[in-house]
Amino acid sequence: MTAVLAVGVGVLFAVGTYLLLQRTLTRIVLGIGLLGHGTNLLLLLVGGAAGVPPVIGAGAPSEMADPMPQALALTAIVISFGVTAFLLALAWRSWSTGGHDDVEHGVAEGAEAPAEVGR
Amino acid sequence: MNPSLLLPAPILLPLVGAALTLLAHRHLAAQRTIAISVLTASLGVTVALLATVVRGGAVAAQAGGWEAPMGITLAADRFGALMAVIAVVMLLAVLVYAIGQLDPDVEELFFHPLYLVLAAGVSAAFLTGDLFNLFVAFEILLIASYVLLTLGAGRGQIRHGMTYVVINLVASTLFVVGVAYVYAATGSVNMADLAGRIGDLPPAIREALGLLFLVTFGIKAGLFPLYFWLPDSYPAAPPAVTAVFAGLLTKVGIYAIIRTQTLLFASDGPSTLLLFVAGATMLVGVLGAVSQGEIRRILSFHIVSQVGYMILGLGLFTVAGVAGAILYVVHHIVVKTTLFCVGGAVEQAYGTGRLASLGGVARRTPLLAGLFGIAALSLAGLPPFSGFVAKLSLTEAGLASGRWLVVAVGLLVSALTLFSMTKIWAGAFWGRPSATVAGDGVAARVAVPLPMLAATVALVALSLAIAVFAGPLWDFSQSAASELLDPSGYVRAVMGP
Repeated sequence: MTAVLAVGVGVLFAVGTYLLLQRTLTRIVLGIGLLGHGTNLLLLLVGGAAGVPPVIGAGAPSEMADPMPQALALTAIVISFGVTAFLLALAWRSWSTGGHDDVEHGVAEGAEAPAEVGR
Repeated sequence: MNPSLLLPAPILLPLVGAALTLLAHRHLAAQRTIAISVLTASLGVTVALLATVVRGGAVAAQAGGWEAPMGITLAADRFGALMAVIAVVMLLAVLVYAIGQLDPDVEELFFHPLYLVLAAGVSAAFLTGDLFNLFVAFEILLIASYVLLTLGAGRGQIRHGMTYVVINLVASTLFVVGVAYVYAATGSVNMADLAGRIGDLPPAIREALGLLFLVTFGIKAGLFPLYFWLPDSYPAAPPAVTAVFAGLLTKVGIYAIIRTQTLLFASDGPSTLLLFVAGATMLVGVLGAVSQGEIRRILSFHIVSQVGYMILGLGLFTVAGVAGAILYVVHHIVVKTTLFCVGGAVEQAYGTGRLASLGGVARRTPLLAGLFGIAALSLAGLPPFSGFVAKLSLTEAGLASGRWLVVAVGLLVSALTLFSMTKIWAGAFWGRPSATVAGDGVAARVAVPLPMLAATVALVALSLAIAVFAGPLWDFSQSAASELLDPSGYVRAVMGP
């Protein structure tokens, strides 16, 4: 099971990295999402083998699953959820102001004034 | 005072403030009052914390009463407490600056709640004693910074913001991967606990983990070769936002590098890798700055170049070197924020930061020119300003360790820094007022809002104070550096005797 999960982490990372290198922001968002899944799976994997729930009375302490990585993964999931929502809003804004969601090239260095100065 | 009250307060106060400012939405005056009073209270608490640490050594608090290494540990030694104080001072100064600078319409767009969340994240990063919570602190401050960077959502801001968000997300992913591997190898994420356990790992695994964290924080700090996102994204934000980013955010990365590389992956002698990275970062950053033609873009490249000096001090792994790095961080945070404040004020008054359009600003607004001059000379490291003290201590430390090559690079970069500061001075401040500066329509706008000026003057005064009190500050940096290189006091404070 560990080997299957490890390969799964590898596949998620590979696909995520591929998508991250694309030009469209929607694909980048998907790539970030897959990378996030990969890391969460990795966190789960480092907790060791599955066991009984880590609740007093549910079983012998030696048979319990390690609760720590699960707590960490939960936190990471919540954070990536929020960030993905923000990225999607950014992609939408980019599409509604520019008509596309490609990550644009910068204008020639030095020639460019910062576009909008909040004032 | 009890450290279990002092340690969480700089994190909780801004978070409570953020909630209150959200409730006071559409009441700008109330939001401003809340934000300023919360940060002032934070300042009081962090100063008290620093005093406690100086008197009795490192302190720790276990959130929820769960003992380390199981619970959520907050800890502060001299370095952490000093960074927390400086950060709150900067946040407070830039807040005043922002109130003068930002368009009320933009300011109303949740600026104050976001800014306070950023403050909470920065304090949490400096005061946490737990690797995973360092990740959480980074995420708190980064998410606030994503929104601040794209505040107002202009087209250019979206494009530059995108680069910033995506690159930081990649770094965060690497961070969690690093935490997962550390947990797999040692079974702990508490930094004080890890300090004892990581030493037992096989050297190959230890070095791989150290490198993973160096890359993660290197992206956030803007180290060579991972700096490219920084000069691209920072100038796109409103000037007040750039000022606080420039002063604090990369330095949180530097803090994390110094903390992990001394507490977890300490090296016995000078680290050639770090020294190489330091030299390359200094050189590439300053060369980038020399080729730019817009005030805030030049200054952004200088952030990269300056970060190299801090890594140079760390890379020596001697008390003098790390103390030099600490002194440099303190000096840099103040001076860099000042420069961005002045640059933003020039843009505010004349509508552009391009050197080609500016000229003769010194005649129209001599005060701005004077403030810029002091900060610029300090950045370049001319005596008697604070940069000189910081660079001198790094140079001495480098020579004492026999690393003359990287010291030579540092001195060359100082000269180039002076050159590019002269370029801003000659292009924007000196000479006859250009059409943009002297034009008919300009006269009405030239008055720089009072809060902006007051904040900038206060920051310049602070940087001069660093130069005046360089002696005591140097002593403090040295004791902070000895604590970092021999973290037994920190470990004892967290883990118990």
